[in-house]
Amino acid sequence: MRFKDVFSIIGPAMVGPSSSHTAGAARIGRAARQVLGELPSVAEVTFFGSFSATYQGHGTDRAIAGGLLDFTTDDPRLPDSLELAAEAGMEISFRQGTGLFPHPNTVRLHLTGRDTGSELTLTGISIGGGNIEIVDINGFGVKLTGMYPTVLIDHMDYLGVLASVTDVMRRGHFNIGHMSLDRKNRSGAALTVLELDESATPELIHDLEALPAVKSVKLVNLNEGTQEEKGKESTS
Amino acid sequence: MNFQTLSELAILCEERGLGIGALMLEEQSAESGRPSEQEFATMSQYYGVMKEAVHRGMTEDTTSRSGLTGMDAQRVGAYNTANEPCLGESAGQAMAYALAVSEVNASMGRIIATPTAGSCGIIPGVFLSCQERFGWSDDYMVSGLFAAGAIGYVIANNSFVSGAEGGCQAEVGSAIGMAAGALTELRGGTPAQAVHAVGLALKNSLGLICDPVGGLVEIPCIVRNGFGAVTALAAADMALAGVRSVIPSDEVIQVMLEVGSAMPEKHRETAGGGLAQTPTGRKIMKDLRSKK
Repeated sequence: MRFKDVFSIIGPAMVGPSSSHTAGAARIGRAARQVLGELPSVAEVTFFGSFSATYQGHGTDRAIAGGLLDFTTDDPRLPDSLELAAEAGMEISFRQGTGLFPHPNTVRLHLTGRDTGSELTLTGISIGGGNIEIVDINGFGVKLTGMYPTVLIDHMDYLGVLASVTDVMRRGHFNIGHMSLDRKNRSGAALTVLELDESATPELIHDLEALPAVKSVKLVNLNEGTQEEKGKESTS
Repeated sequence: MNFQTLSELAILCEERGLGIGALMLEEQSAESGRPSEQEFATMSQYYGVMKEAVHRGMTEDTTSRSGLTGMDAQRVGAYNTANEPCLGESAGQAMAYALAVSEVNASMGRIIATPTAGSCGIIPGVFLSCQERFGWSDDYMVSGLFAAGAIGYVIANNSFVSGAEGGCQAEVGSAIGMAAGALTELRGGTPAQAVHAVGLALKNSLGLICDPVGGLVEIPCIVRNGFGAVTALAAADMALAGVRSVIPSDEVIQVMLEVGSAMPEKHRETAGGGLAQTPTGRKIMKDLRSKK
């Protein structure tokens, strides 16, 4: 199912004007920011398809910049995000891409981290109503919707890595809703993406990072700071 | 979710003795693992945002960044007060409110995507005008939003809800279907009647292309939201009167998929055809680019 629940239809709460070209783009930018794990100093943004044809009118450029600043879809600062990005020291450029692309609303981001200089290339698609899928991270095919707390595990392709990862999950009582694994080559670099039902804890990250073949672990949680999260606070 | 089609949804409602809204709340809670009170509270907040957007659109300056649109909701509101609108007072109010929310969206204000931002005026327009008219409580309206969500969930997963994928029929069309079905239930219709309302409404927007002038969610999106709210009222009335969608609603959704998949790219939110490429549409786009 591309759309999982009622709030993927009614929602998100967002700043206009377009759920796919503004809210979805903001969520792709925010996912990229979280995968990178820091503010980018350089962001090269390439738009394809409808994104490429109409990004200025829909504020898609502002939405991507806002997402990279970790703004939620309804953040009132979104309309001013290009100026705020410049103030934060982010050099952001936009271009229209050519060649094959997976969906009418596709964006590719190439980011360089401000603090560590680490690089990230990420491709996201905006499928409607603010819903997204991240389909490529550094050349690894993935499927990440941002609907759930998500763990990204950078590891080597060894026999039994996945078994040790799922064993850590089981012991910590974390249920996996969706998983994808891709590798560059046999016994080479691999990336596993797990969508969880509960937010990952520092202990979980620690236990995963302690596994022999694991190089690093990143978290993406696009629900953090959103209306749904606030709803939880008001009832708890 | 334990249903993937509208007919499965209607059957499930009958089996559990629940309306669509109440069933969707249960299903949502099961899917998220969060208590139903919490999910209801989130939806209540969303309804609050919709009310704010209507209020803002009816009272504040909604001139868009491009300067092309804004204040039409207030024009219609003033006209409705001073005259006898052709639509009658209540449908006129639904239209004004729908325009209001869409204008807030176009001026980068805060709205709820229902199911998208391009179609964000239709459900608030129908819901708020009917709440005022029939004296319904906020909680009752929120249950209606869950019903609308259930219908949208089926449409989205069997077809599409973005203009770039399936044209305007997928955005405004879906919103009209959702509003029509939900309103049918709110007015006391059965789940089966609500499902008929969805099919009746969707049939009326099949083939509608997405051709925004200058690529902006303004022309013709905003007025289509106004029309959409009125159409949703009409579809609910037909269904409540006993009119049936002879082609089952699930089959109509498949037609939307077929038509949208065949739609040329220039008619799917690229501003490459339709109203966007009329002489005036092209001139507007040129002026906007030179303004930057």
